[in-house]
Amino acid sequence: MNNNLKLSVSPHIHSGRSTSKIMRDVIIALLPTTVAGTLIFGLRSLLVIAVCVLSCVCFEALFNIALKKEQTVGDLSAALTGLLLALNLPAIIPIWQCVLGSAFAIIIVKCLFGGIGFNVVNPAITARVFMLVAFGSMAKQAFPIADAVSSATPLEIMANGNTVGLKDLLLGTTGGAIGETCAIALLIGFVYLLIRRVITWHIPVLYVASVYILSLFVEGFDFTKALAMILSGGLLLGAVFMATDYVTSPSTAKGKIIFGIGVGVITFLIRYYGVYPEGVSFAILFMNILTPYIDKMSAHKVFGGQK
Amino acid sequence: MSFALHGVKVPHRKHTQGKPATRIDAPQKVTLPMSMHIGAPAKPAVSVGDIVKMGTKIAESASSLSSPIYSSVSGKVSKIADFMLSNGTKVPAVIIESDGEMSLDESLSAPIVDSKESLIAALKESGVVGLGGAGFPTYAKLDVEADRIQELIINGAECEPYITSDTLTMTERSEDMAYAISIIKKYLGIKKVIIGVESNKKTAIASMRTLSATDSDIEVKVLPSIYPQGGEKVLIYHTTGKAVPVGKLPIDVGCVVINCTTLAVIGEYLKTGKPLVEKCITVDGGAVNEPQNVIVPIGTPISDVIDFCGGLKTDPAKVVYGGPMMGITVPDMSAPVLKNTNAVLALTHKEAKLPKTTACIRCGSCTNVCPFGLAPAAIAAAYKNKNAERLDELTVNACMECGCCSFVCPANRPLVQTNKLSKAFLKEEKTKGGR
Repeated sequence: MNNNLKLSVSPHIHSGRSTSKIMRDVIIALLPTTVAGTLIFGLRSLLVIAVCVLSCVCFEALFNIALKKEQTVGDLSAALTGLLLALNLPAIIPIWQCVLGSAFAIIIVKCLFGGIGFNVVNPAITARVFMLVAFGSMAKQAFPIADAVSSATPLEIMANGNTVGLKDLLLGTTGGAIGETCAIALLIGFVYLLIRRVITWHIPVLYVASVYILSLFVEGFDFTKALAMILSGGLLLGAVFMATDYVTSPSTAKGKIIFGIGVGVITFLIRYYGVYPEGVSFAILFMNILTPYIDKMSAHKVFGGQK
Repeated sequence: MSFALHGVKVPHRKHTQGKPATRIDAPQKVTLPMSMHIGAPAKPAVSVGDIVKMGTKIAESASSLSSPIYSSVSGKVSKIADFMLSNGTKVPAVIIESDGEMSLDESLSAPIVDSKESLIAALKESGVVGLGGAGFPTYAKLDVEADRIQELIINGAECEPYITSDTLTMTERSEDMAYAISIIKKYLGIKKVIIGVESNKKTAIASMRTLSATDSDIEVKVLPSIYPQGGEKVLIYHTTGKAVPVGKLPIDVGCVVINCTTLAVIGEYLKTGKPLVEKCITVDGGAVNEPQNVIVPIGTPISDVIDFCGGLKTDPAKVVYGGPMMGITVPDMSAPVLKNTNAVLALTHKEAKLPKTTACIRCGSCTNVCPFGLAPAAIAAAYKNKNAERLDELTVNACMECGCCSFVCPANRPLVQTNKLSKAFLKEEKTKGGR
């Protein structure tokens, strides 16, 4: 009779969820917009994506080797950071800038803070902001497609008092970063993440809704203009994929509601009253910093606990 | 009732559902530890060499909260030896060599119950403890001032994977249950009885509805099949809408919860005087050849039970008393079936495989599935810092150790395990601080 039985504390079974499966699902959800971006902005998009993904994975692997830490690239989070960063960049960006941005995201924002789970702010977002500040007009270097669209982003066009067709915004045939323009592809990714229960609706829906409602007021209830406001720039990409990052957003539904509305209000303020035409990255970054406080004030009430 | 409490969808794996229970062959010997219940260990009342029958009392209840123990076979007391409990403490155990006859003690007769006091005394004498797993002496739950019990709740949730022995009780022994309910109601003045059953047990629900049709005070409540419906406080909330405050008992909100099998055993005892000497348990797990429900004399070695079920297919990774979510691993196959054992699972390496533990990614799953809204990740951080004040603030003592947090954690962090350690640490700190 076998007497080599393992003794352990319950539970003895596991759901099978894992960090790498979650990261893989987010990567899958980003595929539609990756494909759309490549079709819209050309094959150079794929080069940018490949460089960012490879750089992020390599930097994390090298960091772990250098510091004799356990290898973590298998959890796919570095690959995801690379993909997200690339999708936030214009297709014509110089390759060396991609490598530098990736190094910033992985080494400074993620690894130096202790690796996955310990970063205070979202690595891809922070790297994008760093690149925006460091390389100036990066965000404006949109790549023109098939001569049909000008290189200016919809937000810039709208800031100059012109309008962008809703059809172009939905299909993504406008200027912008690789992964941010095609609203339809981003919404497909959103639905996938909801079905896979990777994220909940709170942050994306409240983020988009708050920008829409505030824009409605400013635009004198011009529904088309308000709709254009949420379909343009990095708002959908940010709302679905960046603001929902587990590590840097609140855990509870209540916290997510506060976070989502907060990002929305700040994005709106920057877009309408700030010097930058786009405010998504700054808004998410700012709310990332507030997340520990939001978490504390939005903790669940313990069942049967004191009122 | 407002919102349903959270939980997790566990795999049901109720392979043994719908199969009748078989009585196993008389074991050669049984080991009866003096502590198969919460409270003080019982005191051996026999000596080596004594001849006993099935149902002969072999240990007296201690003076405080305790429960007597009866021989589960007929035979001879061969040894009284130290026995290591799963929590590491040692108690004496009476070991009885069976004569293979399984003859019942002729002196047993139905207890005379004509008042609340005589009912409580009879329940104490029956040796019945919470058979769902907790092992709390049942008489003590019911021994409260008159009219304090507003609702008697019968726990038929059976929310752990694999286990179907309670379902079998509800389908096969509803008459014993009905009898016990009628007596308890009569002498304790209870006006309302609610039977809670998870929605995935159709036959049990049908049987319980037939039972409730005979008495308008009895109601059947179908619960969602979300683990842990059978957690006492979860069950109370989902059947009555009452929230038991942290650190309080069900009786503080006027409720008493009794497991359905416990109730059936009480019914049989009140009718016949046969004390708790055998258990219907589910034997399952991928390593077992013929998973089934079996009726087993208490104290039978697990190896005998598994042999009866066709033996083992492969070497199991773990053998568990109870379900896979809250069950206790046994050190070896000679461990006996206890009063509160409701299942024996021999899990294969594949079934018991847990993923590697990695860093917390702050996904919030642990706090979002916790039925009580605790924040296990925050508790783990506070425990790491040995911050008693913060642990208190996070109300770690509310944790019922259901294991949902660990089950869903994508990083497979030992969350419920840390909760247990935190509770022990907090208790220690409070004693030290003289608070």
